[in-house]
Formats: sequence, structure tokens, C-alpha cells
Amino acid sequence: MINVLAAAEWGGKFEGVLDPINSLFDFPAYLLTDLEVFGINLGINRTILISWIMLAAVGLVFYLGTRKATVVPSRFQAFVEMLVDVNRTIALEIIGPKGLKFVPLLTTFFVAIFVLNFAKIFPLFMMPPTSRAAWPAFLALTAWFVYIGVGIKEQGFGHYFGETLFPPGVPKALYIILPPIELLSNFVLRPFTLAVRLFANMVAGHILVVITLVTIHVFLPSMPVGWTVGTMALIVSPLVFAFELFIIGLQAYIFTMLTAVYIGSSLEGH
Amino acid sequence: MEGSLNVLGYAVATLGPAIGLAVIIGKAIESMARQPEAAGMVRTTMFIGIAVVEALALLAFVLAFAL
Repeated sequence: MINVLAAAEWGGKFEGVLDPINSLFDFPAYLLTDLEVFGINLGINRTILISWIMLAAVGLVFYLGTRKATVVPSRFQAFVEMLVDVNRTIALEIIGPKGLKFVPLLTTFFVAIFVLNFAKIFPLFMMPPTSRAAWPAFLALTAWFVYIGVGIKEQGFGHYFGETLFPPGVPKALYIILPPIELLSNFVLRPFTLAVRLFANMVAGHILVVITLVTIHVFLPSMPVGWTVGTMALIVSPLVFAFELFIIGLQAYIFTMLTAVYIGSSLEGH
Repeated sequence: MEGSLNVLGYAVATLGPAIGLAVIIGKAIESMARQPEAAGMVRTTMFIGIAVVEALALLAFVLAFAL
């Protein structure tokens, strides 16, 4: 739609603003531009720099918040403790008492996903590293290894896979069709949907933010038709940012929560 | 007309999960309002259900780009 509007305003000469869409996500490397491994460029580009800066910032927050931990917390320490406590509640409610040892993992997931998503609406960055497929895939693979590993450790290899693929309590005839379905849903679709849910939400959100801001930037200075569109986009843009903030928190929470659910289902058995 | 038919396919594919999500979340809200003490359990089960149903829409999203 924006291309149509832009073409109308600019007399049809408006090529290459948002096309191809890859240019919103793919950036040239700043450093180590020639470093290639197996034909993949491993240069340090904007996405990687944003990830490093955001993760270093959150690491600094946690270090400063817990460096001089006191029984009666200061405000800053109380904030950091609140972040951990949210995940402690998730672990206790979903996994149960055994979930306490997974609180560090869940906190890492929650905080890392939140700050990496938050780069989407953070001035200067305006680009979520989680909208490149590598970050969600890495996080989901970590969750995958953890919940399978926990299942094998707690229930034993044969028992875990046996009970997962052949759930007890169903009619014997169903054992013909049930194992492939269970295999697909437990070991393929779970990590896949974890990754794709985060990835798709971030891609869509980034495109939405970019379209809003580009609309303001392009239309606001031009009179008189474009001015109207630009003003409307300017009014809408805080709502877009608030909506994105909601999505950012929700995705971090859902990822953490589903990881806890999967770990809990590996722990319990049937 | 230019463009990809995949987009229309994705639009159609979202209808089923949309209805499913509406039913799941609506019922969950209803049961939470009736029995607030069971809210934690209902929420957990709701998220599991959402994850299963939403997988269809996510598969469609991926296939819209991949095919």
C-alpha cells in the first residue's frame, strides 16, 4: 500500500524504498568483512553488534544489581530480584518444586529474549536481532536439548521415549498411528514452533515499525495530500510502539512459559 | 495483478487457527472467572493448547515464504 501511496504522491517515481524487503533485515558487515566459513559470511554486522550491546547491558545490570546484595534490597536490587522472581513463579507454578533448578535457565531465556526484542523499539537500534532466524533457532534448540536431556535423565532413555511415543492408557489399535504423530509433535514441531513464533512476530513487528516511520518520514514534508497521511501516521506511531512493547513482553513470556511446560512434561512422565 | 498467491493461501490458513484460538482463550477466560482459584492451572493448559493450535498458523506462515 505504501508503494501505491508513495507513487501517487511522487508522480510514479518511487522505486526501491521498501523493495526488496530483505534490506530491512540484512546489513553489510562492518568488521571482518572477508571472514568466510563454508561460504557463509561471518563478518560483524549491525545485528551482531546490537546483540552484543544489549546482552552486555543486561549482564551489567544483573552484575551491578547483585554485587552488593543486602537482605533489605535497594531499589535497583529489588528490580533485578523482581526479574528473577517472575521466572521463579513460572517455574514453581508449571514445573512444580523440582522446577527451582531451572530458574536460571528460564530467567536467561526471559531476559535475553526481552532485551533482544526490545532493540526493535529502542532508539539508535530499531532492529530486533531476534528477527534474524539464527537467534530464535539457537534459543529453541537450547530448550530442545534441555527438555529432552531432562526427560532422559529423570526417566531413563527407554522409559522416556517409550512413554512419549507410546502413551499408556490408549487403545492398543491406536499404537499403529500414534507414534509418528507423537514423534512429530514432541520432537519436531515443538522446537520449530518455539523458534518460528518468536521469529515471525519479530519480523512482522519490525516491518510494521519501519512502515510507520517511513510513512512519516516520506509524507510529512510534502504538501498537501502527503501531509495528511503523514500526520495520521505520526498520531498512530505511539500506538504502534506501545503495541510492539506489548508483543515484545508477551513473546518473551510465552517462550519462557512453553519451555517450562515442555520441561515439566519431561519431568513428570505418565 | 501482480503478487503471490501464497499470501492469499496464508490468509485462508489463518482462519482455522483464529477460530481455534478464540474458542480456547474464550473458554479459558470463562473458567478463570468461574473458578479464580484454578486460574494457574487453566492458564498453563491454555498456553499448551494455544501452542498446538498456533502451530498450524505458523506452518502456513513459513510455507507462504518457502513455497
